[in-house]
Amino acid sequence: MRILKSMIRQPSALFGLAIVALVIFMAVAAPLIAPYNPDEQMFDGLTLEGAPMPPSAQFLLGTDTLGRDLFSRLLYGARTSLIIGLVANGIAVAIGLLIGILSGYMRGLVGNALIRFTDLMMAFPALLLAIVLAALLRPSLWIVAMVIALVNWVQVARIVYTETRGLVERDFILAERSLGAGHLRILFHHILPHLMPTAIVWGTLGIATTVLLEATLSFLGIGVQPPTPSWGNIIFESQSYFQAAPWLVFIPGAVILLTALSFNLVGDALRDILDPTQRGRG
Amino acid sequence: MAFLILRRLVQTALILFGVAAITFLLLYALPADPARMIAGRSATAQTVANIRHELGLDQPLLSQFWNYLMGLTEGNLGRSYAQKTDVGALIAARLPATLILMAAGIFVEVALGLILGVIAAVRRGGPVDRLVMMASFVGVSAPQFVAALLLLYVFAVTLAWFPMSGFGTFAHVVLPATTLGILGAGWYARMVRSAMIDVLNQDYVRTARAKGLSSARIVFRHALPNALLPIIAMIGIDIGQFMSGVVVVEAVYGWPGIGQLAWQAIQQVDIPIIMGVTLVSALAIVIGNLVADLIAPLIDPRIRAR
Repeated sequence: MRILKSMIRQPSALFGLAIVALVIFMAVAAPLIAPYNPDEQMFDGLTLEGAPMPPSAQFLLGTDTLGRDLFSRLLYGARTSLIIGLVANGIAVAIGLLIGILSGYMRGLVGNALIRFTDLMMAFPALLLAIVLAALLRPSLWIVAMVIALVNWVQVARIVYTETRGLVERDFILAERSLGAGHLRILFHHILPHLMPTAIVWGTLGIATTVLLEATLSFLGIGVQPPTPSWGNIIFESQSYFQAAPWLVFIPGAVILLTALSFNLVGDALRDILDPTQRGRG
Repeated sequence: MAFLILRRLVQTALILFGVAAITFLLLYALPADPARMIAGRSATAQTVANIRHELGLDQPLLSQFWNYLMGLTEGNLGRSYAQKTDVGALIAARLPATLILMAAGIFVEVALGLILGVIAAVRRGGPVDRLVMMASFVGVSAPQFVAALLLLYVFAVTLAWFPMSGFGTFAHVVLPATTLGILGAGWYARMVRSAMIDVLNQDYVRTARAKGLSSARIVFRHALPNALLPIIAMIGIDIGQFMSGVVVVEAVYGWPGIGQLAWQAIQQVDIPIIMGVTLVSALAIVIGNLVADLIAPLIDPRIRAR
């Protein structure tokens, strides 16, 4: 509640929250709002020459190259983006937390090996690694989510590692240890709660990264496969036609931008609120 | 100091070894049968067996890895499934175009990021600062392929100021380099701003002000050099962003570099080429990090003293 209150006071965070709420609403209520079946290739959805229709009263945002309603596809595309955003990023944050805590807490071989492996993964560009994995695995919705999770945990692990290392040195942990607390107790009762702000901030900022990565993979043709609508593959399917029908590229493009922007704004505001030392440092 | 450099070099070598190990596992251990992929669908069992033997795929995994490593030291990145040619040669032929694009992109990014970041820091809290921060948020959140298509639509299709695609003249570079630079410029503007604010709050800057130095002199001679340090450390991460961006930007603008090569390989599921581009990118990132670490003490005497 306190967090929500301080967020509403900042105009940019409020804007972000509003758009995030709108996207969630779009995804949840898609079957209720969508005027057409998103996969239906409508006979009257194309002009006499067989070209897509521009926005009109009948088709709010126009139709795509196969005569499907763009508005309906965007609504269902919100589901794809949110599912991947939440699942992929959730898994990425979980892996990152696990590896970060373990490598920061455990001294010696295992801890060292884990953080070296994390550093090694940082040497690979995220998009290219995701492309390799997606190309090898022939993507479906869930595979794409897995691929993104496997690529995106690295940053979280690095940050959690640094924070854990700092925490382990602190007096209250030493005191707890000298009182005879076991490793599990220290990890779950004392270290994990201190890492929650980081997890929450990255759980939000990471959704922006994930939505962008999914859209990019789908745009390259190796993300979510049509006919399942995703904001990225809507653009992928219409890009060769974009001079004649720019709305097919720029409406979904604007939706992707707004969504990523909003999660970034909310994540940034959360960081300011949860970690006052970082306030205003961008 | 010499010891630190040596340690850093050994670390780099180890990371490169790890990169090669991961690439090898993805390339040879994951696909069901690379020999069949090379031979194509209609090949007979005999052809597949021949290719398997020729590539050494019938040897134990460890000796395959050894051969792969030895090949890498000679620049052998394997053979393309679709084009049947050496991946190393394909990449080498296209690397110059990508390097030109990256240099131009980095120029756009650093110039834009520095200017905006300094302005925002100097005008901290004001409307200009808020505008710059908002713009940097938009830049960071913009999908690169949408930015690429938008610039293409406005400046090439509608206004016809620049060519749609291709390579050769200065006009060809402008749009792709701008697309590549926008994303990074957002990051740089934010980093320069926060580094500048830290420095501007320090005592020596107050002293400079008290001495009556002009604002411009304080900002550019006293504050900016110290604010640049955290930015140099970003080179490695930045190269990673660029290598990812290059695939999308080169695909949209038809720029004949390694990104376009990777994009074409994606359509044909030509994994050795994708892998080769990934390996070259990882190499660039590792070297970028190394260079950043080696440059830092040259610029900042405090690091040298440690």
